[in-house]
Amino acid sequence: MVLAAILAGGTGTRFGSAGMPKQYLALGSKPILVHTVEKFLVHPRVEHVVVLTPRAWLSHTESILAAALPGETKISVVEGGQSRNDTLRRALDFITAHFGGDEDHVLLTHDAVRPFVTHRIISDNIQAAAEFGACDTVIPATDTIVESADGAFIRTIPERQHMFQGQTPQSFRVGKLRTLMASLRPEEESLLTDACKIFTLRGEPVALVSGENHNIKITYPYDLQVAQTLLGQALEESH
Amino acid sequence: MISTIYRLTAPGMLEPTCRELPVSGGEVLLRPRWLSICRADQRYYQGQRSPEALKAKLPMALIHECAAEVLRDPSGAFAPGALVIPVPNLPGETDPYIAENYRFTSRFRSSGFDGYLQEYLLEAPERLVAAPRGVPPEVCAFLELVSVAMHAITRFEGIAHGRRERLAVWGDGNLGYITALLLRALYPAAQLIVLGAVEEKLSLFSFADQRLLVDSLHLGARETLCDHAFECVGGGGCQPALNQMIDVIAPEGAMALLGVSENPVALGTRMVLEKGLRLFGSSRSGLADFQRTAALLEANPGLGQALERLVSEVVPVRSVADIHKAFRLDAQQSFGKTILEFLL
Repeated sequence: MVLAAILAGGTGTRFGSAGMPKQYLALGSKPILVHTVEKFLVHPRVEHVVVLTPRAWLSHTESILAAALPGETKISVVEGGQSRNDTLRRALDFITAHFGGDEDHVLLTHDAVRPFVTHRIISDNIQAAAEFGACDTVIPATDTIVESADGAFIRTIPERQHMFQGQTPQSFRVGKLRTLMASLRPEEESLLTDACKIFTLRGEPVALVSGENHNIKITYPYDLQVAQTLLGQALEESH
Repeated sequence: MISTIYRLTAPGMLEPTCRELPVSGGEVLLRPRWLSICRADQRYYQGQRSPEALKAKLPMALIHECAAEVLRDPSGAFAPGALVIPVPNLPGETDPYIAENYRFTSRFRSSGFDGYLQEYLLEAPERLVAAPRGVPPEVCAFLELVSVAMHAITRFEGIAHGRRERLAVWGDGNLGYITALLLRALYPAAQLIVLGAVEEKLSLFSFADQRLLVDSLHLGARETLCDHAFECVGGGGCQPALNQMIDVIAPEGAMALLGVSENPVALGTRMVLEKGLRLFGSSRSGLADFQRTAALLEANPGLGQALERLVSEVVPVRSVADIHKAFRLDAQQSFGKTILEFLL
């Protein structure tokens, strides 16, 4: 069984405006979160979508999803955790409780604020996670990456051809993810905020799936403008 | 929901852009899965249209031949996962006399209106035809082209007189092959003659009764080759083909013109008058032609196999670079169809 967890746990601390978490801001005619959820709902392989959201926003999330997708039974809204790992654990708990503990379930985890994810990216994630146990969606780095430990001087400049920028989804076979997350020691918990990193540190393979340049994360007001432009342009030009 | 469109912005340049599809209406949500490149698409891609036409029509998503997978159908007419063929002609109004593909108010995909190079698509259920059972999806991809030949034959049936014993097709390309194939299926008792310029291509028409090189055709006085004729040549070969047809067709024969020529064509109208010929143009197709084509393919499994021989390349498309690859490969083919297995 293939499931998607849409991580809407952020409270928008990086976004300047109004205190509204960014996944609820409008993009075109709908909230960003609705666009994101729709991409997973229409994929024939995805059987259920779990939206994880801060407790204060549970009812709001349910309301906007019910209004935009009336009668849709493949969505559940679940309270997220304090950290990304907590949120992921809650997703796993929900899946076990409602869909059983099959280790071969595939779970796609995706940022609520990446509404431009494509059908192909979702398909490739399902295939790679089922085959290799874990995968990460990436695009080749276009900027040179500079590493600095102190923020004042460069320590090293890695070769750009070996550098990729991480996007989402990140996808996993549920059994493996559960085992590895359970193995985290308290001191690792705060450092390992990326589920793929947990896999690599434990020596487990994580396959790369090609992302898309336009699979952007709407983090800053500038990103929302870019996203609106992407959609607006097409509307103007549609014949 | 958000859908990515892959538009041609200038010859040889494809750019992904996004648009919001209004999915809450009653239309069927589709995913284009198998696409086929038409010469018209290739002309846009290679910049062989006039600068004015390119300026007026681009940016635009190319491709109007497609088989698509149903994701959702609020009307219940199609089950999720079903393969359907959308009609690329979008009529804006009805008309009791003028067919939908000839109305000025109709829009046509990949000709001034976005084609099928899109992640998702919304179509009215009544503009979809179920893929014929037993026909491979690579063939369903170009069912539109088959329906264009079917449209010409349907028009022929309404225009031509009833003696249909000798039917001739000029043109050894894709459209000639398909038209001849459909005539073979619909008129099994008729003598089917195919005329072409390239012996190697003509040899593929093994189902025809006679295959003739256009240069080798010599008839005696008052001798005729066919009762009716179909021109599937187009381009620069259009003029000599049409004049040869006028010369060798029997009196009161019907001539179907299917090939596109960018330039005016000079015809020997004296013989058109003397013989009382009926020349008629035929372009594109409509819903009824798609339906008749699908029904014929389903009833004749051999037809699907013969059409499968046209599939020259199947290119899996997982990136914009793959779309370019498909168009480049297609440009090198003199015969056959380039199919995109669309995975984007």
